Amino acid sequence: MSAPPLAITATTTTTATGAGNAALLDALRTRTSGLRVDTFAERATGVALDTWSGEVEGLDTPLPESWAAFDCRSNRLAWDALHRDGFADAVRASVARHGPARIALLLGTSTSTFAASEAAYRDATTLDELANPRLHHLHATTDFVQRVLGLEGPCMTVSTACSSSAKVFGQAARLIAAGLVDAAVVGGVDTLTASTLFGFRSLGLVSRDLCRPFDARRDGLNIGEAAGFALLERPDLRDDVPLLVGHGESSDAHHMSAPHPDGRGARQAIDAALRSASLAPSSVDYINLHGTATRQNDAVEACAVRALFPATTRASSTKGWTGHTLGAAGIVEAVVTLIAMREGIAFGTVNSEAGDPSCGPQILFEHESRSVGIALSNAFAFGGNNCVLAFARDADAWRRARRP
Amino acid sequence: MIEASVLGIGAWAPGLAGWPAWRAGTRTPAASAATRPVATLLPAAERRRAPDGVSVALSVAHEAVTMAGAHGNVVDVRTLPTVFASAFGDLAIVDYLCASLASDPLALSPTRFHHSVHNAAAGYWSIATGATEAATAIAAGPATFANGLLEALVQVATRSTPVLLVAFDTPATGPLVRAAPNAALFGCAFVFAPRDDASTGIAVTVGPGASERVVPRRDARRAPALPSPSAAAMAFLDALADGCDATIDYALGPAATLRTRVTAPALRAQRVG
Repeated sequence: MSAPPLAITATTTTTATGAGNAALLDALRTRTSGLRVDTFAERATGVALDTWSGEVEGLDTPLPESWAAFDCRSNRLAWDALHRDGFADAVRASVARHGPARIALLLGTSTSTFAASEAAYRDATTLDELANPRLHHLHATTDFVQRVLGLEGPCMTVSTACSSSAKVFGQAARLIAAGLVDAAVVGGVDTLTASTLFGFRSLGLVSRDLCRPFDARRDGLNIGEAAGFALLERPDLRDDVPLLVGHGESSDAHHMSAPHPDGRGARQAIDAALRSASLAPSSVDYINLHGTATRQNDAVEACAVRALFPATTRASSTKGWTGHTLGAAGIVEAVVTLIAMREGIAFGTVNSEAGDPSCGPQILFEHESRSVGIALSNAFAFGGNNCVLAFARDADAWRRARRP
Repeated sequence: MIEASVLGIGAWAPGLAGWPAWRAGTRTPAASAATRPVATLLPAAERRRAPDGVSVALSVAHEAVTMAGAHGNVVDVRTLPTVFASAFGDLAIVDYLCASLASDPLALSPTRFHHSVHNAAAGYWSIATGATEAATAIAAGPATFANGLLEALVQVATRSTPVLLVAFDTPATGPLVRAAPNAALFGCAFVFAPRDDASTGIAVTVGPGASERVVPRRDARRAPALPSPSAAAMAFLDALADGCDATIDYALGPAATLRTRVTAPALRAQRVG
């Protein structure tokens, strides 16, 4: 399906590489990973987990007193990102233009405030904390963000595991195309939780070492936490702003926790994204891959990229910097993709050196300076849930790349 | 305004197993009623292991697409996009995860972990039916059903194809009754399609303020005491069962309303029910 392009007029992220997009860019440029030896699992449960994780520093400070009922790790993380990069101010200006009822809020998460629910279970004396209606449900952090931003339009949480905060871009495009809103705040928030750390471990998907996307020696993922947001509005095509020009969604219809061996769903989503953006594969300069560093995901994704794109396309996973931020991965990697377009850098892959035999010439390990006019961001999730986003650096780049 | 037709309906609550029972208002006495529906789409082993939410979601979805396909409508389940809406997901799984992590995190069950994702029902549906189009899973607190309805209808309008909406909730277990005191096992599903005059119609608009109201007022006679968050769908189901025009206002959140107009078929060949 084809929807008109949307302008991305503001973005922000807080990840293990630091707070704000400048910290993310600096870490990317200098190849400085935000991953550390995990201590979260032991702090949360008393049982250590032999892995690395992407923990955000500075989340020990409670929310301001007036938000005390909402205080928890997830909402602190959301609060931090909202106040970086001038994001909250940009939303305020958008509210002044469109009115609060004409701006949707669509956030992805896999755990929302779940870390607070886990903590309440640790001691019989804290179980009553579960009665706080502001926390302990999947929409809790989205509800908090809606109140903080003063938005009054449609407001939903998308929770399709690791594709959640990619899918919100498509949902925003639909709501705007249907004329229900004029703008949308999209994004995602996911904290470290004991359930995801020990849950991915139970599936044998967590590495004891630093994750190595697309490396022949890779043996699993590192979990990270992050919050990120983007403001989407109808474009004034004279503006020099990046555009969401297409998106594609699909289902593997194959397995709950393993990708289709031929990457059927991944290819379908990539095809749909390109079609909706009127783009040929040869026009894609850079792809930010899902690249979790599990054996299966990276092999299947590398094969799909090799089959679908020319050798001139560049592709990499940036999860070696942030960890796999699950429900926030879509927004974090969308912002990385926008940074790649703005800075003219196809990012390499940190921690990885020796490419897997399945990797084609597209997979980048070192940074490469080049013009990035058109880029994709891939997100593939549990349940075979796939979403691919297509971005253009500006209206001019899209005009030049579009199929007639 | 966004318009669509209702081509198929599925519904399940304790004592009200299926849309025909719902439509007729014939409740099975609690003593002989099933505690959960059987998801016949799943292979036998998975059917047994499936959590309540997956069972009820697949069961009502199956009923809705079967009805949608039964009247000569071209509804190919393999190309049907899906919207799954649930306020809490599977609360028994959440309770299991929290309790396990508090006692022995290294013993966490991988099966229960992958059942814990909010899109578990969406994933099992796609695997069981071969559906390869977009599938989403949403939550919006007390306004989950209204937002699911909006998302499904927006997809019908922007994709110009039929869309399956499934709404469900599950009862809380263990300490989680504090977080979700009102949840019961409940599910309903609808196949919406671009508007045609022969089917029951639905039209929605989004307006300011959070209003909850049903016109004409009717006693919620079919399942009055069902306290699940997704049971906001009850008024919509009742209007469809009555087969007459109705307007239902749903709060979309703290500051917006989804005005939902149900219109009986303009032609005699009523397809729903």
